[in-house]
Amino acid sequence: MSTRSLNSKLLLSTAALIVGGWLGSGPALAQDKVLRAVMHADVRTLDPFWTTQTIAGIHGLMVYDTLFSSDINLDPKPQMVDTWTVSNDRKIYTFKLRDGLKFHDGTAVTSKDVVASMNRWAKRDGAGKQLMGFTASLVARDAKTFVWTLTEPYGLLIDILAKTGTSIPFVMREKEALVDPMQQIQEVVGSGPFSFKRDEWVPGSKAVYVKFKDYVPRKEPASGHAGGKVVKVDRVEFIWIADPQTAQAALAAGEIDYLENPSIDFLPALRSTAGVKVEVHPAAGTMGIIQLNHLHPPFNNVKARQAMLYLLSNADYLNTVSADKALQTLCFSYFGCNVSMETDAGSEPYKGAKDPAKAEQLFKEAGYKGEPITILHATDHQYINPANLVMIQQLRKSGFLKLDVQAMDWGSVVSRRAKKEAPAQGGWNIFITGTTVLTSSSPVTHTSIGMGCDKAWFGWPCDKRFEDLRKEWAFAPDLATRKKLAVELSKRAYDQVPYISFAQWRNPVAYRSDRLSGVQTMPSIPAMWNIEKK
Amino acid sequence: MTAYIIRRLLATIPVMVVVAIFVFLLLHLTPGDPAAVIAGDDATPEAVDGIRTKLGLDQPIHVQFGIYAANLLRGDLGTSIFSNLPVLTLVKQRLEPTLVLAASTLVMAVLLAIPMGVLAAWKARTFIDRLVMGFSVLGFAVPGFLVGYLLIYVFAIELKWLPVQGYRPLSQGIDQTARSIILPALALSMAYMALIARMTRASMLDVLSQDYIRTAKAKGVATLIVLLRHALKNAAVPIVTVIGIGLTLLISGVVITETVFNIPGLGRLTVDAILKRDYPIIQGLIILFAGAKVLVNLLIDISYVFFDPRIRY
Repeated sequence: MSTRSLNSKLLLSTAALIVGGWLGSGPALAQDKVLRAVMHADVRTLDPFWTTQTIAGIHGLMVYDTLFSSDINLDPKPQMVDTWTVSNDRKIYTFKLRDGLKFHDGTAVTSKDVVASMNRWAKRDGAGKQLMGFTASLVARDAKTFVWTLTEPYGLLIDILAKTGTSIPFVMREKEALVDPMQQIQEVVGSGPFSFKRDEWVPGSKAVYVKFKDYVPRKEPASGHAGGKVVKVDRVEFIWIADPQTAQAALAAGEIDYLENPSIDFLPALRSTAGVKVEVHPAAGTMGIIQLNHLHPPFNNVKARQAMLYLLSNADYLNTVSADKALQTLCFSYFGCNVSMETDAGSEPYKGAKDPAKAEQLFKEAGYKGEPITILHATDHQYINPANLVMIQQLRKSGFLKLDVQAMDWGSVVSRRAKKEAPAQGGWNIFITGTTVLTSSSPVTHTSIGMGCDKAWFGWPCDKRFEDLRKEWAFAPDLATRKKLAVELSKRAYDQVPYISFAQWRNPVAYRSDRLSGVQTMPSIPAMWNIEKK
Repeated sequence: MTAYIIRRLLATIPVMVVVAIFVFLLLHLTPGDPAAVIAGDDATPEAVDGIRTKLGLDQPIHVQFGIYAANLLRGDLGTSIFSNLPVLTLVKQRLEPTLVLAASTLVMAVLLAIPMGVLAAWKARTFIDRLVMGFSVLGFAVPGFLVGYLLIYVFAIELKWLPVQGYRPLSQGIDQTARSIILPALALSMAYMALIARMTRASMLDVLSQDYIRTAKAKGVATLIVLLRHALKNAAVPIVTVIGIGLTLLISGVVITETVFNIPGLGRLTVDAILKRDYPIIQGLIILFAGAKVLVNLLIDISYVFFDPRIRY
């Protein structure tokens, strides 16, 4: 064998060993104390008041703290607040902040920060706006004390301050809180358990949070978003994986630790993956909404809206939207099921057997003469597309409705739905969307059920009686009264039909149970504190 | 040559102006409202209106275009509506993964496809030729995302050799980058390889039938020299053209591959921006892509001179 040939063989063998070793080394193991999570969306907006997107709430919950928080049963508990008193007439609330609250820049949290934050938040949140409507003053008495004075004994102050889901009333520094609420804040400095690493933020790809070492958790055990927020990892990385199949594969391969809202299609595969656990909270879920436009015929007539209840079958949506039976709830409550306000009062026409003849009669009485009904069909949405297909089929089966189904992407639907013009002039009659059960569980935070005419959500339902009942609910002194009023609200809603709800399905989380402990399934948005990584 | 290059570069100015106008109009005339997307599903119509006003989206279209054009002339591609970050910053964040992916794909495709094409032409109408052409048909026919999922299943899930997803920047070491880019580059290069292999074969077959090749063979020149020095060089012009065309096709392929393998590159940035109606990002990226396309075409045209001495500019 020549020297040249021997050299070549040696070189090849060495290369083969290097390549073999390199290929065989496998994926890099997750570093200790770094929690890698894939959430349902990417952190694209840093100002949690600027948008109602849930991901902004998740980001906010990492960075900012709240005056009150909801526990696992959705009951409000103090968080930044230490003690508070309520005057006898239930109009003056005096709050005292707890000791040791600090922003990530090291400055102390003061009442001035709280007042400015609440003012900014209330300008963007529906419940906040209503609360401010009953507010006489909100002032800082001293560095730790602030006083909230109401014009009337509005019973929901604490509940609203503890609200979760979207538009959470976070406390920012006064500097950011004074920024126009229609404009995004530039700096992300909160007093929450994690600080945001802006220099590592790649919108659409990764958001990084590190443990805030000066955070003082409450002494109570963690429950939901309430209790002690004890951070047990050094760093949390929200990695955005747009493709659900890739996300599922990444969890199975151990490249990520936590996957919020895995695609229903992949649940069987995840459940059978060793070291992976799939969990869900009974109240965590989504409720489908078939939104009707109350401004234009035929649905400007209540009889046409009522007729829809005789045509649409709630159960048909479940298997299409969420094939996993363990995650389905056949729910007829406008406020969602497995929540304290659950009631199906007035739902008989919807619950009963479908009656196309009755529906046709009602449409006739509403003056319907075969005009096309414009449906905005979002074809690119995980559950809205299949729900549309079911609804279109149900309506077509009636035989007397003429449908004008317009396929488009979800971005176009959100633009189109704001148009108040008649369907022939670019408006619409029906579109499908959804809301979290958490949002719908309170008649006040449930934006889409409001019937405040021009001020109502898209579709612009209008009913003074319903709005009066909502107000009465907000002033109710106790849970029992609220439940009674919820029944009345439900009856009125089924009579006026602001929209038609379909299905309720829960969104699970999947995580590496072989690595993580302390994962709490939440009725609302997930929290990353108290999670320990082996 | 210099005068030609200057002329071509000057000619890009009207092209870019047309692209800028076209992109702006296309985006603003298609349905979709970034304010509504930003505000979120639970937002009240009032809040959506407030955001629209703040972003200037309620201004007449000619006013919006004026602002956009003025910023563009200053080299300012704008600021993302959602993240509030300059478009250039976002592009810089995403440039490396896309360039590395495109370059790896290009190198992989050229290094594998040209020998395959040459081999197929040399062994025309034999089993090897049919094998190569069969691979080409498959490369065209099988969608890139399917190849991607198959590669993930085999090499990441089953064999655990390579990661499922993600990109490791060059700053973490070239070996880490290579590990993260092998599967995406392989998935992306399939169609590209098919294209180059077919073109190489066709071009080589044409050249191999020329008299000067027969003469070279008659003179006893080694087959390898005939193929590479005499035939391939003369067959290079159409091959280089296809490589150039393929580079622009890569842009669309990158979008899918980056999604499947979760590579945070320009393709993903484009798709996300389109879905969210983040106008400044879409406009900025299309202008950059158009510029890149013009530049690639120029480079391809210049390269002809080196392959074919008869070409003069």
